[in-house]
This record gives sequence, C-alpha cells and structure tokens, in this order.
Amino acid sequence: MAYEIGGESIEHDEEGYLSDINQWTPELAGLLAKDEGIEMTDEHWEVINFLREYYEEYQIAPAIRVLVKALKKKFGPEKGSNKYLYELFPYGPAKQACKVGGLPKPTGCI
Amino acid sequence: MSELDKSELDELNSDADTALPDPLEMPVMVPDAMKDLHSFEAAPKHQNDLGFPGELVDDWQDVAIAKIGDLRQKYRSFRVYLDSCVKCGACTDKCHYYLGTGDPKNMPVARQDLLRSVYRRYYTIPGKIAPWLVGARDLTEDVLSEWYNYYHQCSQCRRCSVYCPYGIDTAEISMAAREIMDSVGKGQKYCNEIIGKVHSIGNNLGMPAKAIKATMEDFEEELEEDTGIPIKLPVDKKGADVLLVTPSADFFAEPHIDGLFGYAKVFHELGVDWTLSTTASEAGNFGMFIGSYDNMRKVSLRIREAALELGVKRIIFGECGHAWRVAYAFLNTLAGPWDFLDPKYPVPQHVCEFTFDAINDGKLEFDKTQNDHMTLTFHDSCNIARATRMGDKPGGQFEIPRAVIKAVCNNYHDMDEDTIKEGTVCCGGGGGILTDDLMDVRVKGAQPRMRALRKVTEEHGVTNLAAICAICKSQFTKVLPKYDFDMEAIQSVHQLVSNAIIMSDAPKEEETPAPESPAKSEDEPSPSSEADKKMDDPHQNDRIG
Repeated sequence: MAYEIGGESIEHDEEGYLSDINQWTPELAGLLAKDEGIEMTDEHWEVINFLREYYEEYQIAPAIRVLVKALKKKFGPEKGSNKYLYELFPYGPAKQACKVGGLPKPTGCI
Repeated sequence: MSELDKSELDELNSDADTALPDPLEMPVMVPDAMKDLHSFEAAPKHQNDLGFPGELVDDWQDVAIAKIGDLRQKYRSFRVYLDSCVKCGACTDKCHYYLGTGDPKNMPVARQDLLRSVYRRYYTIPGKIAPWLVGARDLTEDVLSEWYNYYHQCSQCRRCSVYCPYGIDTAEISMAAREIMDSVGKGQKYCNEIIGKVHSIGNNLGMPAKAIKATMEDFEEELEEDTGIPIKLPVDKKGADVLLVTPSADFFAEPHIDGLFGYAKVFHELGVDWTLSTTASEAGNFGMFIGSYDNMRKVSLRIREAALELGVKRIIFGECGHAWRVAYAFLNTLAGPWDFLDPKYPVPQHVCEFTFDAINDGKLEFDKTQNDHMTLTFHDSCNIARATRMGDKPGGQFEIPRAVIKAVCNNYHDMDEDTIKEGTVCCGGGGGILTDDLMDVRVKGAQPRMRALRKVTEEHGVTNLAAICAICKSQFTKVLPKYDFDMEAIQSVHQLVSNAIIMSDAPKEEETPAPESPAKSEDEPSPSSEADKKMDDPHQNDRIG
C-alpha cells in the first residue's frame, strides 16, 4: 500500500495514514485531500499547519477543543467553532485532518 | 385542550402507535450477512509490543489447540461454558448484533459454537471419535478466519448471559478466542496498538505527559473563563489526597471533556485535594477485551505505581465502563494489596458514588434549571450494569447514576424497561470494536438502543441521553446521526452536573453563563410546554435522599 507522487512511492497503512510521517510533503497533502474528497483551500491549510506545529511540540494531535480555541485566537471567532472544522473536514477534523496533514490517526475510546 | 386531557391522549396514542418498531424486534434472518467483515489485523510491531508472535506462526493449529487446553485448565468457567450449553435457544434473540444484522452467527449460542465445535473435536471423547455426530470440527484456516470475523462482532456486553439458564458468558468465550488468536499471531490492530500505547506512553490516546499538562492548562483557562473562578485540573501533584484515574478520552473527545470539567467542579466545590497522573493517565484496560491477564495486569500496575509515587490516600475512577469492571472486580488481585491507601474509603471508588455521597450529605447545591433545555434519559453501560455495583446496595450501579442525573436535571425519563439496567442493550461499540473498520456492525448493533431512544423521544419528549462510559459516548457521537439524531445528543453525566452545580466562590456580581442551546435533532418533536414534560414522570422532580 503506497501513494505514488512525483515518481516516489510513499507507504501507508490500511486506512491511508502514512507509515513514516517524515515522508509527508505539502504536495502529498493535496493528493491525500483529494482521496478524502476535499479541495484544499487556505482555510484547510491554516488547520493543517496548526496541527503539524502542535504535533511537532507535543507528539500528538490536539484535542478538537484545544484546536478550536487556538484557531479562534489566531484567526478570529468565525474560525473558532466545531461547526467550522466539520465544514472543512466533514468526517471529523481529528481523524481526517490528521490524515491530510500526514500525522498518525488518534486512537483510543474516541 | 387541558394539560391533563392532552397527557391522557398522548398515552392512548402511544399505546395505539404501531409505527415505532419494538427495540428488541426479531430480525429477518440473513445467513452469512456479516461473514466478510474483517477488522484490520495487528502489524508485527503491535503484536510484539504485547508479547505475541508478530504474524501467524507455522504450527498455528497445534499452538491454538494447546492454548484451548491451557485455558480449559486455567479457567474453570471457560470449561463449564463450553460443556454446559443445552441449545435451549434462550439467548438467540438477546444479542444486539443479531438483532441489528440478522446474521445467525451473531446469535450468542452460534458465536460460542464457533469455538465450542473445535473444543469438542480435540477435548471430548465423542468429538474425537465421531465429530460429525456432536457438531465437532477440525481447526482449519476457514475456522480461524470465521473466529476472527465473528469474535470481533461481539462487544462482550454479557446481555446474553443474563438470559442463559446456565449463565454461560459469551464475553468470556470471546475473550478466550481473542487470546487464542493473539497467541498464534493473529491479533486485532485496534486493541493491540492501543494496549501498546498504554505500555509505552501511558494511555490509549498515546498522549505524552507534556501534552497532558498543556491540555489541562488550556482547560483550566476555559473553566476560569466560564465560571470566573480558578478551578484546577492538577497533574502529578504529590501528596494530593485523591488520584483520579479517568479514560484519556476525557482529555480529548466530546462530550467527555465536559464530564471531566464536571469532576473538577465537584472536587473544587468540596475542597478536595486531587490530582491526575501522567503515569496512570488511562482508566481503560483493553487487556480485558483481548483476554490477556498479563496485559491487563501490566496496565493495572501503572495505577499502583502512580498511587505510590504520588502518595495519595484514595483512588477514584472517572466515567469509563469497562474500567469500572476491571477496577471493581479485579483491581485487588491485579495490582493490590492497597493497604497503603486510607481504609476509610472504598478502593477504588467511582466518581458517581463520590458525587452521589456529596449530594446526599447536602454538600452540593444545584440550579437544575440550567439543564431545563433538555429532557434526559440514561444509557446503562454494559460493564457497569452487568459486572459491577456502586454504593452499598444491590442495584446501586443503576440507581446512583440516575440519582445524580435527577439531582441536577428537572426532566428525566427512562427508556423501555427491557432495554435498561441489567437488560441494557449495548451502544454497539464496546469490547474493542470502536474502530472505523467495524463501522458497519457498530451502526447495525446500535439499532436496538436507537429504537429504544426513538420511542422515548416520540413518547416522552426526551432530547438527550447521558452515559458514563467513554466508549459509549464516542460510539453515540458516530451512530446517532445514522438514526437521525444529533451527534451532540449524547451527554456525560458529570457534564450535566457541571451545568447545574452552584460554585459557592463564584463571583456574585456576574451571572454564570448559561450552557449552550439544546443538542437535538431537527426532526425530533419537542414537548409543547414545560407542563407537558413534567406530566410524564412523577418522580422526575425527586431530590436524592
């Protein structure tokens, strides 16, 4: 199981999450988003970039509530809501945005 | 029309109403409907982290058969369950997965027989001599595959065992089957990856200590913004009296986080010195789901380690279903003795017991109108309902959570009696199947619960259901929309407490902000007036005590 992009083959698991998160590139994000039926916009990128920064710092994706709050602070109240995130990532911002951002899928009782 | 007339009419209508299906209606049988549903298998790393072979071993048949013999010696219950079924059929319509899928292999007796047939072949004389006469069969690759698929369509909820005249517990057979499969290198990704994360990081989420601390700081900020008082979520606080062990979903998911806020407010109001631990940052124990004593013990020992290191006097468990079973029933043998804790308190204690006691002692005050935008019902979580107790009276596990809800909410109505308490129907996602690759069976298995919920919404104006299990809550957020409910209709019990609790040190000049508007499906009927709601249940205004 692998994504083919720019002549490279990038391994992923059964659910499409990258086997090696270091192989992620912004180009790959475009491909991953397309697979999910998402057209990447600046708004999507704001979320993805925040997730990746957070992951870099904490080695896990943030709770949605933390994400919402951070987006509100950074980009204004109209971008700080669950509804807004679900509009961008309809299957659930945690799982879908992590996939597009090349981060592992959050696990557990969630 | 007067209110009384309307209520009488409603009652008549509900009796005459045939449009709503019986939550426990027998399905049309569809053989093999779910035979191809195959949960992702664990990768070699997930297996090895738990001490299991990375992939299917060459002599897997011999290993599996020997393992059956081993379990037969070790667990008397396992042998009794395999030997004693008389095929009376009492269990056939008791599994929510059978009711939801119609696949006869999801009848509890058939699920047991998947393993029983192999046990008979190798461990009983008739099965050895004349297997065709006694339903015995060889362990083949097809059988192994059938085990894998159907033992991951069991949520180990134990509803069937309540109705079995012999008390055969399919959950234990399902746990044993998973243990056998793990021992030959055929484990399930969802459970085994998660247990590995608990061993290496400390919780099911894989949330490292630094992230837990940052998240709690963030939550503290939010609590202070909401209430105007500095309510703390202490982490790794040495010398605290209480260690709260709660599912890590309480740090991450909705509505779990609001339940966590509820615990924090109760502790704050009572002046309890408490702490979370980054070592024991998980109440859940998936070791039970895969029948692995060693893994279950290793996960439990983290709690002991944390309690000793922090020097706490008591341990309280948060809202997590199977965690309470492990804690209530097995914690002492797994990780005891707990003689270093204060003997004045039960070891361990459930957060609902704790809040209930404080309510009874008159130490908490509530503004119940804060929950008036909802009419609640309670979903009994399987492991709590059928494998544990709360308080010191039989049935406390049913009454205490309801008593807490009724102490903080004006509007409450139970679902059908045969779908709650010891007969509760599973949310559809318990026992290690809360994973996207099993969504099909999760949605179908939720059908009886969703039908029971639909009945109380139509007949009694219920708008929300509350639960005390992280798995139930997450499962409901996913399956409620499939049955035309709003995903936010599911509430944590302590979220309701959080909405209504009056914090005595709250700034008097400012009003406490009201909670958000009701989470409710657009097509749900809403009771026409406050009076209508109150007609339904004469006990709903009961104060505990």
